[in-house]
Amino acid sequence: MANLACEFIGIKSINPFWLASAPPTDKAYNVVRAFEAGWGGVVWKTLGEDPAPINVSSRYGAHYGQNRQVLGFNNIELITDRPLQINLDEITQVKKDWPDRVIIVSLMVPCEEEAWKNILPLVEATGADGIELNFGCPHGMPERGMGAAVGQVPKYIEMVTRWCKQYCSLPVIVKLTPNITDVRKPAAAAMRGGADAVSLINTINSITSVNLDTMSPEPSVDGKGTHGGYCGSAVKPIALSMVSEIARDPETANLPISGIGGISNWRDAAEFISLGATNVQVCTAAMLYGFKIIDDLCDGLSDWMDQKGYKNINDFSRMAIPNTTDWKHLNMNYKRIAHIDQDICIGCGRCFAACEDTSHQSILQTGDLGDRKYTIIDEECVGCNLCEITCPEPNAIKMVDIDTGKPHLSWLHHPENPYREEK
Amino acid sequence: MSFTHDIKSNRLLDVVINENFSDIAPPLSDKQVLVASERCLFCYDAPCITACPTGIDIPLFIRKINTGNNHGAAKEILSANILGGSCARVCPTETLCEQVCVRNKHEEKPVEIGRLQRYAVDHLDPAQPYPFTRAKSTGKHIAIVGAGPAGLSCAHQLACDGHQVTIFEAADKSGGLNEYGIALYKLVDDFAQTEIEFVLKIGGIDIQYQKALGRDISLAQLRENYDAVFLGIGMSDVNALNIPGEQYPGVEDAVAYIEDLRQETQLSNLPVGRRVIVIGAGMTAVDIAVQSKKLGAQDVTIVYRRDKSAMGASQHEQDLAQQNGATFICNAQPKEIIGDESGITEMVFNKTETDDNGKLVVTDNLISLPCDVVFKAIGQKFESSPLGNNSDKPALDQRGRIAVNDNFQTSLNDVYAGGDCINGKDLVVEAVDHGNKAALAIHQQLKQIINQGE
Ligand SMILES: Cc1cc2nc3c(=O)[nH]c(=O)nc-3n(C[C@H](O)[C@H](O)[C@H](O)COP(=O)(O)OP(=O)(O)OC[C@H]3O[C@@H](n4cnc5c(N)ncnc54)[C@H](O)[C@@H]3O)c2cc1C
Ligand code: SF4
Repeated sequence: MANLACEFIGIKSINPFWLASAPPTDKAYNVVRAFEAGWGGVVWKTLGEDPAPINVSSRYGAHYGQNRQVLGFNNIELITDRPLQINLDEITQVKKDWPDRVIIVSLMVPCEEEAWKNILPLVEATGADGIELNFGCPHGMPERGMGAAVGQVPKYIEMVTRWCKQYCSLPVIVKLTPNITDVRKPAAAAMRGGADAVSLINTINSITSVNLDTMSPEPSVDGKGTHGGYCGSAVKPIALSMVSEIARDPETANLPISGIGGISNWRDAAEFISLGATNVQVCTAAMLYGFKIIDDLCDGLSDWMDQKGYKNINDFSRMAIPNTTDWKHLNMNYKRIAHIDQDICIGCGRCFAACEDTSHQSILQTGDLGDRKYTIIDEECVGCNLCEITCPEPNAIKMVDIDTGKPHLSWLHHPENPYREEK
Repeated sequence: MSFTHDIKSNRLLDVVINENFSDIAPPLSDKQVLVASERCLFCYDAPCITACPTGIDIPLFIRKINTGNNHGAAKEILSANILGGSCARVCPTETLCEQVCVRNKHEEKPVEIGRLQRYAVDHLDPAQPYPFTRAKSTGKHIAIVGAGPAGLSCAHQLACDGHQVTIFEAADKSGGLNEYGIALYKLVDDFAQTEIEFVLKIGGIDIQYQKALGRDISLAQLRENYDAVFLGIGMSDVNALNIPGEQYPGVEDAVAYIEDLRQETQLSNLPVGRRVIVIGAGMTAVDIAVQSKKLGAQDVTIVYRRDKSAMGASQHEQDLAQQNGATFICNAQPKEIIGDESGITEMVFNKTETDDNGKLVVTDNLISLPCDVVFKAIGQKFESSPLGNNSDKPALDQRGRIAVNDNFQTSLNDVYAGGDCINGKDLVVEAVDHGNKAALAIHQQLKQIINQGE
């Protein structure tokens, strides 16, 4: 059986699954239930200075798919709304009771040295394993000069990280906001400040929907709404890309990453790890299905590792990085085309509409009602994947590699590139 | 006369019969599995888990299927129920897991748990190591009587716990009613034997065939030579109608006929009546009615003495009988079978009524139905003679089956029992559950003895 135990910036964890700083980790009651269920660690819901903020009623919104499946989720909650001391006491107790589980304390105080100098010793005294700096919260807190307001300015990140390393001996993880142009800049700033790791992504600015009767954005608070932080499986592709960018950049390549963003099952987790994360944090999936999903995360990951012959997490971590590259290095002589399996095709014509209207007119429609047949015109197909993507039947359309017999040729060296480099 | 005693083989062509007996609920396709698994809501404290006698974590195995981990889903099922493959095919899910699915509420269609379970178990990856391992040998040796679902599940669990197991089986194949009793179209392709091969892969289980308790071995001997005994001998007797004419040829025990059917390699060889009456209202009655139809019987009538609402067969099974062309007559109590040593021609019933207190009242109104064959499917009975005649045998309960406590322990503290030979719902999945739980209790008892010895 594959071993899921792993180490992240010197912190040992029984598995790579931590609950992200969010409502599931707001108090001892939840955290203990999570540990009982089998989670490896938690990042405690962000602590701040007293008095604790007050939350509004009506806090979450959702972006639904068909059949009410939640694709994306957003929230307008603030950091913990409980007094600091209660949180500190609970953290101390839970860590004492669960020595083999990780507790990281998330922090957000004003961007002043004194504020950090005051709170850090209190956190260190709890026995927690590390701290995570919440520079990412996109709603409410930035209006008060915290959260994403700091995370969007690399020099502030560097400064606060340095204070943390100065006033506390715990490992420091900097949580990055995706609400910026180039995520490598804040990551590099965190590194300069001495951060032990970064975690990403925090939530994305979002309005999930507008109620067309009341004309209020959701979630609606007494008829008014505001942008909230978007998360859930819809954000996974954005998070994966940002994680890979930091992992690929020579400047930040050695900076450990805790991957966050829409991780809902073991597959998502494996993908984050293959693209450079050392462990992962989960929130929305737990909020939608409860802590028990840890069973699928752990068993699924270990079953897959067994199948592939990976003994531990390190065996496949970063394995997709060498295959993640810039567009200019992709092979322009590679060719694939679509193939429609007539035995599986149900004749809905979605591929035809997509290709005919919006792509390359590479599909032929023949036959009459009840006997419609769609076939690919091989010479026209550019291998864009659109038909395969629109097809409702898995396996009805397969993309097949065509041997062009030509050598690897990237744009960088392409004869039509006026700025080509000679090999 | 040509229409009396019309019993003959070859009523239908082989190809037609074979088609009739093909898999009644064929495997789901990958696409169907995708859609079916999406419907599972991953309920909290899921009702289906409670409704499954073996407590399979259904939402978890479905989630595993849905995330592409079929092998893991199969392991999840088999770790709770080693016969999860046959249960997926034979469980009356409409009265178990699927009955309580919350999707029934507004959609009137549960998640297809049984069929998803089948898909998962079918997709256990043979290239992966056997999913169970044996604990260090305990040096203890347990005798199990009966290689049916109860005996097999008990044996597998005990073997996992490090014990040595010997099963004594009266028949020459294992599987119990999975091999000899379940309707053929529910368990096709010799599945019972394939599954047993898988069960035995754990090691440490030896099966001795044609060794019947009470004939070749005695309970006293087993208790003398083994550290514990588990009885999973099912029910080997059937209830009688106790009416005139029951002794004539053409009056058959449904279970015995199904046993012949299950072992017949060319189904068209089986003798089939033209007009068949089935007495009973449970699963066996439906099974024999449907199988008679599939073999080519012209008229099949299920006759039950109470009204339809009291039938043991679920609505799903009643529908199945009707879809296959069987008809029901309710409120008719068997009175007499007319015939002679050459066969039967007619069966006579008293009409019954249910009075205001729910009591069945037999009236003097008679009806009679022509018939060539009458199948008795009015329930099986536990046969206690194999337990021996001396005073040193397990006590029986009020229904005449072996009495057990919550740990499936009989009145003899080293003898346990489970499955159809104790009181219960008489289902494969329940027999598996009894076997599991008895194994746990036996293991606890033996562990205590081992610890005391140290
Ligand atoms: C016709 C029919 C249809 C059924 N259909 C279904 C169905 O669709 N779904 C479902 O869930 N359940 C069904 N059942 C019930 C189900 O088959 C039983 O509940 C289940 O098989 C019980 O398992 P068991 O191990 O207790 O007994 P059995 O399966 O009866 O196994 C008992 C074993 O003990 C052996 N044995 C008996 N006496 C001795 C002895 N003296 N010495 C040694 N060995 C002995 C037998 O040969 C047999 O192998 C059906 C039953 C019948 C009769
Ligand atoms: S074993 Fe039977 S009752 Fe249990 S989940 Fe499977 S099909 Fe349902």
